[in-house]
Amino acid sequence: MLSKDPYNLIITGVGGQGNVLASRMLGNLMSAQGLSVTIGETFGASQRGGSVMSHLRISSEGAWSPQIPAGGADMVVALEPIEALRVLARYGNPKVKVLANSRSIYPVGVISGELAYPSLDDVKKWVAELSDRSWFIDATEAAMNLGSAIFGNVIMVGALAATKELPIHREAFGQAMEAAMGPEKAKKNLKAFDIGVEMVGG
Amino acid sequence: MSIAKHPAGERRLYMGNEAIARGALEAGVSVAAGYPGTPSSEIIETLAKAAKDADIYVEWSTNEKVAMEVAAAASFAGLRSLCIMKQNGVNVASDFLLHLAGSGTRGGMVLVPCDDPGALSSVNEGESRHFAKMVEVPLLEPADFQEAKDLTKWAFTLSEELRSLVFVRSVTRLSHASGTVVPGEIPAPRRDAKFTYNGFILDPMEGPVMSAPVTFKHGQQQEKLKRAEEIFEDSPFNTYAGPDNPELLVIATSACWLYAREALRMLNAEGKAGLLKLATTWPLPRKLVKKHLAAAGKVLVLEEVLPFTEENVKVLAQEAADEIGHKPILGKRDGHVPMTGELNPDLAADAVAKALGAQVPEVDPDYKTKAGQYAFFGAPNRDLTFCPGCPHRASFWSIHNTLAADGREGFVCGDIGCYSMAVLPSGFSTLKTLHSMGSGTGLASGFGKLGPFGLNQPVMSVCGDSTFFHAALPALVNAVHHQSDITMAVLDNSGTGMTGFQSHPGLPTDALGNEVPAIDIEAVCRSLGAEVRVTDPFDLEKTQQTLHELLETKKGVKVLILRQACALSPQRKGKKDFDMEVDAALCRGEDCGCNRLCTRIFRCPGLVWDATAGRARIDEVICAGCGVCASICPAGAIIKKPVSAQAA
Repeated sequence: MLSKDPYNLIITGVGGQGNVLASRMLGNLMSAQGLSVTIGETFGASQRGGSVMSHLRISSEGAWSPQIPAGGADMVVALEPIEALRVLARYGNPKVKVLANSRSIYPVGVISGELAYPSLDDVKKWVAELSDRSWFIDATEAAMNLGSAIFGNVIMVGALAATKELPIHREAFGQAMEAAMGPEKAKKNLKAFDIGVEMVGG
Repeated sequence: MSIAKHPAGERRLYMGNEAIARGALEAGVSVAAGYPGTPSSEIIETLAKAAKDADIYVEWSTNEKVAMEVAAAASFAGLRSLCIMKQNGVNVASDFLLHLAGSGTRGGMVLVPCDDPGALSSVNEGESRHFAKMVEVPLLEPADFQEAKDLTKWAFTLSEELRSLVFVRSVTRLSHASGTVVPGEIPAPRRDAKFTYNGFILDPMEGPVMSAPVTFKHGQQQEKLKRAEEIFEDSPFNTYAGPDNPELLVIATSACWLYAREALRMLNAEGKAGLLKLATTWPLPRKLVKKHLAAAGKVLVLEEVLPFTEENVKVLAQEAADEIGHKPILGKRDGHVPMTGELNPDLAADAVAKALGAQVPEVDPDYKTKAGQYAFFGAPNRDLTFCPGCPHRASFWSIHNTLAADGREGFVCGDIGCYSMAVLPSGFSTLKTLHSMGSGTGLASGFGKLGPFGLNQPVMSVCGDSTFFHAALPALVNAVHHQSDITMAVLDNSGTGMTGFQSHPGLPTDALGNEVPAIDIEAVCRSLGAEVRVTDPFDLEKTQQTLHELLETKKGVKVLILRQACALSPQRKGKKDFDMEVDAALCRGEDCGCNRLCTRIFRCPGLVWDATAGRARIDEVICAGCGVCASICPAGAIIKKPVSAQAA
């Protein structure tokens, strides 16, 4: 069921993007399939505009360290593009795969003009150079078209499913959504999931 | 479905804090109390959500000391009770803690302090473990998620066997991490609470509960610790994996056990090194530890943060030197493991590799160099900042600007909450001291008495609404009583914002969702005799005028309550009051004399500088629509349009 054990997934983004919810959603999906999941994350102060990271260790054999060793990521899901670079510097390796939302969130230092934010083309080029495979999708734009930016993370989960790196099944996702938020909202989330699948070309 | 309804035997993904909560429920806990603080808060939140199903009482107390007293009362009445707090909360509770250790408990009582190694969400990396040793009560440290549940449950049994408070210490990487847990059964709720006090004065179960006569009770306490040690010798929570005579014995506690296990695998060292997981860390089970020391070549202790277990093991090794011979014990004291910050699998692997003379496998150095360079140039740092729509940004804008206009080098003593970030440029570097809960006003009270010594700067303090009740109130009383000249700003955002909107005494709803009397901060301050004003921080002009007047004309203690709900609070989150827009024709960009005041100084994540257009721009995904930035643009280029009720 897993291409590697433990499979090390990092979800990264900016405080307030729903990193924790996304990692929990994925963790529950994997756990429901009988896999052991360990999720490490920080919240609290780091949420206030800072970089946030969730480490998911997906395994068939029980608990792992909630922190992935340096150079140990198998997949990086970045809810914000430059956060992928930050994660690769510590956890990347030539075999890592990267799925990134191309929508930028500027650090305050960039807003104030003290720091420079790179062009998306550069970010894509660097990430491609540092990974075995990479996907950039504008999940936020697609989510806004669907009615709200909050669907962005579900679109990213759909996209992750389409990479076929992890056993994420549409039916299981739909059932989990329905159990958590009722049929009406689940339908919309399933739509977002499908958009994500399409964006990666699954 | 609340956690109390999860069927026994069905595996779940639990956050460490949820596992602790479930463990308490499985122990039949009746009362749980705490004060919010990262990384501990979810324990009470989880129990509060389960309170109805489990038929238990849960509260967010005014502060940690009161929380421990509330929980102790339940124990004295024969019930099982839980108390939770973050590491420095134990400092607050410590006076009662010392006396509770002396008096002993009746119903099982467990204290769960959650420490924050590396200060991921703290302004200290204090240790609660030393308190257990200092006040002489047993200490347990779970190492994974299942154990967080099981050890919490067992801690209640231990507490009743010893009639002593028991510590179950967690850390951020356990409390806030999640893993697989199999829940057990939850017993039926208790209805037999009774406080018995008419027995003989020395009878621990029937007499009055107190720590006197002191030396007698102190002696009893030490007997309890000896009994705890005997029980710990056979505890199934202490485990060993590895060869019978390891070249290296790694002793690991708490989350460091997971790091150590991974480190041994990374180094392929499982044949040479053994791993002793100690879950009963105070008092040490001496026979067990001695046995493992005797069998090993050398020893490495992995723990966070200070060398607590390392030092205890060293004392033990010295006492047993005749039996076990000399054993080199590596750890923090010899610099083998860092003395500050949290550990991780890499630091654990470095330490093990150094001890074994092995090599840690590395990622291709060319890759590492390239990745480091791209991150350096391509991933600018993200300084912490107030959320878009945060009332604190507006409050500090007014406080900072009013003090600057005042021109007497006035300053603000900070306090603990999201607003602590005002030490940073995001809060215009307004705070000049930052210590513990309530300390801002205590320090201000002191600064305000330094006039006769020549200090003629205006003195201010800030605190949040929850902090006000927690520890700022005694400082305010002190300042009023001693006629200290200070201005205290209460940043009332209607909730304990930093930790996730827990209730506090100023709010009309408690942790269980019940309607309760809200204590009015304004009325409290007035009744103490302070000069009180209330403004909406989003009204920059009125706030600045009011503050200016207080600083200029009033003597004694002045309180300015800045009242506006947190942007993430349930009542505000996702709701915009205004649609914001930058009128590109009015914004003069770099040519304006403002020198990009809006983005360079105000620094709201929702208001960005569009370098291509040379104009400011609203990022509509991020903007929360508070409307404050419209008041700061000297050109009037930032336009706010009220969002109609219908559109919202």
